[in-house]
Amino acid sequence: MEMVSNPHAHNIVAFAKDRPDVVVLSGDLTVATECHKFREAYPERFFGMGMAEQNMLSWAGGMAREGLKPFIHTFSVFLYRRPYDQLQMSVAYPNLPVRLVGFLPGLDTPGGVTHQSIEDIAALRPIPNMTIFEAGDATDIESLLDLTDDIPGPVYLRMLRGEVPRLFDADKPTRFNTARVLSEGSDITLITSGRCTEEAMRATSVIRQRGVSIKHLHVTTLKPFTDPVVLEALGAPGFGIITMENHVRIGGLGGAVAEMMTDHGVGKRLVRIGIDDTYCSGATLAYLMRKHEIDALALVHRVEEMISERLNISEDDLAAARIDDVKSRSTEQLEAL
Amino acid sequence: MDNTWQTQTRRVAFGVRKRVLELTLKNNGCYLSQTLSSADVLATLYTKALNLGPSEAPYMPTLHPGVPGENGIEAGYGATYNGPRGPENDRLLISPAHYAVAIYATLAETGRLSPEAFYSFNTDGSTVEMIGAEHSPGFELTTGSFGQAVSQAGGIAFAKRLRGESGRCVVFMSDGELEEGQTWEGLQCLAHYKMDNVIVIVDVNGMQCDGATADMMNVEPINTRIEAFGCKAVVVDAHDVEAIDAAINETEHAGQPLVILCYSNSSEGIPLLDHRKPKLHYVRFGSAEETAQYQDFLDNWTFEEA
Repeated sequence: MEMVSNPHAHNIVAFAKDRPDVVVLSGDLTVATECHKFREAYPERFFGMGMAEQNMLSWAGGMAREGLKPFIHTFSVFLYRRPYDQLQMSVAYPNLPVRLVGFLPGLDTPGGVTHQSIEDIAALRPIPNMTIFEAGDATDIESLLDLTDDIPGPVYLRMLRGEVPRLFDADKPTRFNTARVLSEGSDITLITSGRCTEEAMRATSVIRQRGVSIKHLHVTTLKPFTDPVVLEALGAPGFGIITMENHVRIGGLGGAVAEMMTDHGVGKRLVRIGIDDTYCSGATLAYLMRKHEIDALALVHRVEEMISERLNISEDDLAAARIDDVKSRSTEQLEAL
Repeated sequence: MDNTWQTQTRRVAFGVRKRVLELTLKNNGCYLSQTLSSADVLATLYTKALNLGPSEAPYMPTLHPGVPGENGIEAGYGATYNGPRGPENDRLLISPAHYAVAIYATLAETGRLSPEAFYSFNTDGSTVEMIGAEHSPGFELTTGSFGQAVSQAGGIAFAKRLRGESGRCVVFMSDGELEEGQTWEGLQCLAHYKMDNVIVIVDVNGMQCDGATADMMNVEPINTRIEAFGCKAVVVDAHDVEAIDAAINETEHAGQPLVILCYSNSSEGIPLLDHRKPKLHYVRFGSAEETAQYQDFLDNWTFEEA
């Protein structure tokens, strides 16, 4: 599996090259949110806003009223917890093209409760005029800024930073409100997002070897949530549907799928893998994903429960899968699985 | 008849006060004290101090066309009542949306809004809402949640500066909003970026919903606090139209945002209200006798030249 270093840092520089209306506002986290290369490339379009997020959100709204496209960079938690009112009244109500580029999704930080945006999607999904994307790999990251071009209102981008895996073919950009079909199958429909897609892929390759057929979708657009690809997949499986996300079980991807099933009268079993109704501590991502049961092993267990059968998959099997399966296959093969 | 701008402006302010008292009697309740404290400032802004230009909006507004978003109105629609957004035009940004009735009355008195529209205040389907938002006449921003306009004005003014435009961004706000932390974040940022194309005009009436500001949450000394944040602060009498205009147009503040503190009387023009201070957030009349007293006052209320 290819790892890409700082894809957002490079991508936003390329993105802004021929888009003079793009400006970046940073909440005193310029390197940490990968907008430092933008600052180097376009210093006249980069503005440090200090540690004052309420002001930053409203200020961005003012700029957007004047035809600029402000891309606010900070950690996700600081985009919606403290300045939730400013986000709603200065940005969302007037439907302004402010782009909220949020880092450290879910458990992606050892920073603990103050830095873990475990409920951001649930907090932002009910806001009218809001569009929500979540990146799961480098190709997602390289696609999402382009997708904002056609969106007149605010967009929240749940971003990954640092070394990011490339799970999907770089030549097949992510499309708006369209899930990627990673595998076809008839026993279980698995719908994953963000960090959890890579984690799920480690498990699905082994689960499939045990004879369970899985239809796996990777979702990038979390709002709107009207994708016919997802709706069609909900009706297909023999056993049921599993969702998996780096977010609390309430109000995120699993919640959106549940709403879609209710709205369309889909009478299948749904298991939502996500963080239970709790805050989390600061630790490594692997430790936290295990502790809160949103990792590959947790997916194996939920599949076993759903089909009422032990699959005899060990942690070593999953660790090996990470190397043998994900790393060695081309992205085209992955897409075709 | 005295036709100096000062007298004409005071006449507008008188009309604003009178209209809102009339509405307060008609509806038995309104944001009357906010109107009394701010009428001279608003009249000065609309008739003299700012470069606004003629209204670009319908004199009689349509019913609410729908909130911003798909098939809704454009952001900032209400500002079309204040005039064009040309590079040289000043932008008037209303922060305390509870002053909406005073804004509508000023628009009506300056020929920008029909009297019928003014009297549609707070009726179903009208954009002339009790607490205005950017779909309402005179409003460019949605500021019923206090303390957000200074920051938004900063973003607008910043974009105007990037484009080299000469028009100023003028925020009208209330002293109670100085209690909001974001106001100080905004002033801090305006000072940091040396935004001298922003002018913040504060109605310092010393009142808030629960009582006198000094008793509820003291914000004084305002001028030294604001100066300490790096802005230029000026203190004026909120009922002296000449001083207000001079503070806006003659104060030297190169490289600094300007904050004009307009100390006001929240019963200005209606001494009958004095005894109810400091409980004047939303004025209602408690008895038929009291209503008759104010009706009598209104019927005999005439403009007095200075």
